[in-house]
Amino acid sequence: MAIVELKNVRKTYPPDTQALKGIDLAIKEGEFFSLLGPSGCGKTTLLRILGGFEVPDAGEVYIAGRDVRQVPPYERPVNTVFQNYALFPHMSVFDNVAFGLRMRGLPRDKIRARVMEALALVQIEELAHRRPDELSGGQKQRVALARALVNEPKVLLLDEPLGALDLKLRKQLQIELMRLQREVGITFVYVTHDQEEALVMSDRMAVMNQGKIEQVGLPEELYERPKTPFVARFLGTSNLFEATPVDQHRARTPLGELTVRSPLPQHPVLLSIRPEKLRLSRAKHREQNVVEAVVRDIVYTGAENQYILDAGGTELIAYTLNADISEPGYEEYDYDERVYVYLPPENLVVVDG
Amino acid sequence: MDRSAARPWQRFLRLLVTVWPGALWLVFFLVLPTLLMLWASFLHRGAYGELHGPPTLENYLRFFGVTPEGFDPLYLKILWRSVVFAVVVTVVTLLLGYPLAFAIAQSRHKDLLLLLVVLPFWTNFLIRIYAWIVIFQHRGVVNAILTALGAPPLHLYPSWFAVYVGTVYTYLPFLVLPVYTAVERIDWNLLEAAYDLGAGRVKGFWHAVFPQTLPGMVAGVLLVFIPALGTFVISDLLGAGRVVLIGNVIQQQFGVVRDWAFGSAAAFVLTGLVLLGLWVYARLAGEKGLDRLV
Repeated sequence: MAIVELKNVRKTYPPDTQALKGIDLAIKEGEFFSLLGPSGCGKTTLLRILGGFEVPDAGEVYIAGRDVRQVPPYERPVNTVFQNYALFPHMSVFDNVAFGLRMRGLPRDKIRARVMEALALVQIEELAHRRPDELSGGQKQRVALARALVNEPKVLLLDEPLGALDLKLRKQLQIELMRLQREVGITFVYVTHDQEEALVMSDRMAVMNQGKIEQVGLPEELYERPKTPFVARFLGTSNLFEATPVDQHRARTPLGELTVRSPLPQHPVLLSIRPEKLRLSRAKHREQNVVEAVVRDIVYTGAENQYILDAGGTELIAYTLNADISEPGYEEYDYDERVYVYLPPENLVVVDG
Repeated sequence: MDRSAARPWQRFLRLLVTVWPGALWLVFFLVLPTLLMLWASFLHRGAYGELHGPPTLENYLRFFGVTPEGFDPLYLKILWRSVVFAVVVTVVTLLLGYPLAFAIAQSRHKDLLLLLVVLPFWTNFLIRIYAWIVIFQHRGVVNAILTALGAPPLHLYPSWFAVYVGTVYTYLPFLVLPVYTAVERIDWNLLEAAYDLGAGRVKGFWHAVFPQTLPGMVAGVLLVFIPALGTFVISDLLGAGRVVLIGNVIQQQFGVVRDWAFGSAAAFVLTGLVLLGLWVYARLAGEKGLDRLV
């Protein structure tokens, strides 16, 4: 069942910035859903519409089956974790977390118990009496989470909550957020511009671009089967090239004629292949889907070697795992070396959007 | 050179190098005159207004109502009256200035409006007060309008009302400017957070916005309350001798009465009162209270 439903939602900021150009989206109860996109794509506007801080110009918004277009933020069954935390600086951690319950007029002892429970959930019980300016970025983040979760919202909205933290802490908190979401079972709507974060954390995700949703689905669906060139480029790196189908499984490309596993339409399309799916070798092992290329650049990233290749004028990017040198079949290539690139037919994705 | 390794007197010398111009100014124009006044407050007035020894507490006793003829709380009454006056002025200024600061900060023409707030400072203070006399006097602007409308004229000058209006008018910018600065720096995300957590408009303002304006408000209140407590020019001109505040008492001692000793004692009681108030505030607001104020 969809807990959040958006139908043809539009939003224009004066004078003529179209932030959202007709959004249709259904988010299921209990899932970790990410809205991914570059800055200015409308993902934050969408989140603010769910929170009640913006009113859409057109379209329908349902939360838990209720039309919420006329409902102010303080009467919605949602809570937000703000990008800059937005903790009340003049209140202790305890009072920050207790705020929502106090607004609802719960009895004192009940508030106390629930606040401590929420602080325990994010593992900062010992910080209850600190003030926000005495906390680190990661601790503030936990307070912001506890302050939202303590109200047991139907949906938790998170606006780039890890954006301000350093990489290591971010990775650690990603894992914790996933654990937390499973524990409390609340629907999370998570806005981020970090594609890896979205791939790691989400049950399902939507990629947004210029006020529109490009594709919705499982992370692996979006990564392995991008439907639009934007998704192919935005999620990770992609080799994209034009293809004119010859028959249902063969197409002419700048790299020569290639065989594609999935059926091709009648009209010209784009073909996409991920850099880690390309196979490089010194010897020519196969006849089909093999092109010759020259190594132009090598980027060493630790776990991977990234080769920038020139295949007769078309640039290809290939990643190879930095495996053990004694492993049979393991090869490393040098600048300007000639290599054979194999594009497996099953990994060539038809991008027709 | 390592700062922490320096001996205390070395550090003091180094401090002196940087602060001596300001320190010199303070010593000559604040510390020395204050000490002179403190000394004077323990002396006697001579026949020609000169100061005599030996030192005595008589001036302070007189202020607190202890006289050879028995208890006479004349000056305490005036002091109390001045405190009430300053409190009322501050409250009225706050009620007018606080919303005004918000209105200015959220206006599209805030530069112009701020200019209008500061504009009166370009005219001499005395002239502005005399202007109020022109407005309030028997055949003044207000009564001219009332007469034209067929209403009976009002007695507005000299009066307490005129003194209140003049004082609020004079000190309003001192409240508006610091509150405006605080409003400009408000983090409106906090209001959204409060709404998000279930606070309605009133509670949202009270819990998320008002606390952010508090430092500016306290600074403004002090900037109004302290000079209002000691004012004498406004009460003298718009009260025309019928309104006597502690400021007028002190001024008269140094002027017509020529009793510098008693005037000094009265001034010190007033200063002491203000410092006591600040101390209480600092204690209530905690360690950072005075920091935030400055």
